[in-house]
Amino acid sequence: MNTQISGQSPHALTWRRFRKHRLACASGIILLLLALAAVSAPLVEMQLGVDARLVDLLGRFAPPSANHPLGTDELGRDLLVRLLYGGRVSLFVGLTAAIFAAGIGTLIGLLSGYYGGRLDAFLMRFTDGVIALPLLPLLIVLAALDLSKIGLSDEILGSENLSLYRIIVIVVLAGWTTVARLVRSSALTLRERDFVKAAEAQGASARRVMMVHILPNLASPIIVATTLSAGNIILLESVLSFLGLGIQPPTPSWGNLLTNAQELIWEAPNLAFYPGILIFITVIAFNFLGDGLQDALDPRALNLRHKS
Amino acid sequence: MTRFLLSRLIQSVLVLAVMSFVIYGLMGLMPGDPVDLMVSADPNMTPAGAAHLRDLYGVDKPIIERYLNWAGAALQGDLGYSRLHTQPVMDVMLPALKNTVVLLGLSFALALIIALPAGIIAATRPYSKLDYSINLLAFAGISIPPFWLALLLIIFFAVVLGVLPAGGFGVHSGAGELWENLRYLVLPVASLTIASIGGHTRYMRAAMIETLRQDYIRTARAKGLSKSQVVIAHALRNAMIPVVTVIALDFGYLFSGALITETVFAYPGMGKLIFDAIMGNDFNLALLALLFATVLTLFGNFLADAAYVWLDPRLSFKEVDR
Repeated sequence: MNTQISGQSPHALTWRRFRKHRLACASGIILLLLALAAVSAPLVEMQLGVDARLVDLLGRFAPPSANHPLGTDELGRDLLVRLLYGGRVSLFVGLTAAIFAAGIGTLIGLLSGYYGGRLDAFLMRFTDGVIALPLLPLLIVLAALDLSKIGLSDEILGSENLSLYRIIVIVVLAGWTTVARLVRSSALTLRERDFVKAAEAQGASARRVMMVHILPNLASPIIVATTLSAGNIILLESVLSFLGLGIQPPTPSWGNLLTNAQELIWEAPNLAFYPGILIFITVIAFNFLGDGLQDALDPRALNLRHKS
Repeated sequence: MTRFLLSRLIQSVLVLAVMSFVIYGLMGLMPGDPVDLMVSADPNMTPAGAAHLRDLYGVDKPIIERYLNWAGAALQGDLGYSRLHTQPVMDVMLPALKNTVVLLGLSFALALIIALPAGIIAATRPYSKLDYSINLLAFAGISIPPFWLALLLIIFFAVVLGVLPAGGFGVHSGAGELWENLRYLVLPVASLTIASIGGHTRYMRAAMIETLRQDYIRTARAKGLSKSQVVIAHALRNAMIPVVTVIALDFGYLFSGALITETVFAYPGMGKLIFDAIMGNDFNLALLALLFATVLTLFGNFLADAAYVWLDPRLSFKEVDR
């Protein structure tokens, strides 16, 4: 018998709630467009007939023209193409680091929330400790370390992507805390649920309970926390690169494009505008998206917004 | 109450001890070592002389031994000399510490003065246009790159309008020139304040909304108190409890913000000192300044714990396990 009950799956309901959050939808679209633009940087380069690495000392600080839609920088390089390549680096670092940070945070939060007791107390004190520290100065120390002294192989040290790997590791070290705390508090409540008790009563090992029964139910908090920390991580990467400790020029990133801009602030204030506005748009979009996802995935937690 | 604070104090000292070891260890991994720097500074140095220096400073000893030596000397007040400033590190650091305390204190107070009322107002009219606007601004505040905000302020107020200095620090003395000195503080304080308002506003709003749902609030309204009376007399104190905790945890974040602000504005505070010391291989100075930055944050956290006890007397009676 086929009745006309128009049931909706939980996924459809979530999607409906998310669509109502107009800012979050717009943010998702903007992020996709930014990513698309960054990926297509070489195409734009070809289309414009410019070379992002070509120094043209006669064409410094050129105003916007057909060839250079946003003008050129202090070395006569096309600003738009540099911004797009910078976006590739910044978005890649941000997303990679956010995913690794989410992995570490999930592991710590899961262990803490499931086992509870002393392990929980220890791990959470540690997490609180990391949050409370003046992180940026410590990260600057990490960024300035001589890596050959900690016994890394020459192969890694000679790699041209060294500054990329290094910055990812550094921001991961700072970025896992949000995920850890959110996952822990969700795991704490899940632990008491009947289906978990049932699995335990059937003799499932702690590992199995965590991986099969608890982890899948943590998907929502993990997605939300990862989205929210992605913004922070991109912000952190830009700060370190701005200070000259992250991505090293001539590889552009949104952060290091602003380093020179500060010195040139009297001659060419417009150079300081574009990279910053792109970071700002990206970070705020991630924050709105995280906020919208939180409302959509966990309607009960409305208003109980966590630190982003 | 005293017991809770005492245990917190002991915890802070432990954290500080651990951090001093970690930071000391990290300093050893910086490029170059102190003896190399001395060797390169002295053209007459022989390999034997360098070996002697290595022995004298004990740079080849195990890290634990070196750390204990350093900590022993440090506890007796011998913190070494700064390589960049050729002065005892304490003499270099204290003025910077003072400048940073001024910068942080002003920004912190200003941020609270703006953020707490904004959060409360948004919470009393949830999902109104006003709430929506405040929320939007708060999101903008937490998402704006702090160094870019500083650059924008410089562009607008120093480059375009030319009314405020782009950076530096006022060194005028004399009563009439206080304003001259203050002018240098305006942009750094503004940029640091804006960077922390957003977060505080959101915490305050969330905590207040949660508190206003409680039964005793409904009771207070039912007995005829006005909305504002209820908010101020009944809800505020309870709503402040979680807010104080989060704001306390944000102290480290605030210090990180100070580092960015000071570096962009060339403001001679702790953040810039640390940055310059690390970049200039000034190990003694970097070590001490990092430790003091940690002390400053831990002290901020401790003050927040004290405020927490004062706001929530229940804590005095029960064993605290947070």
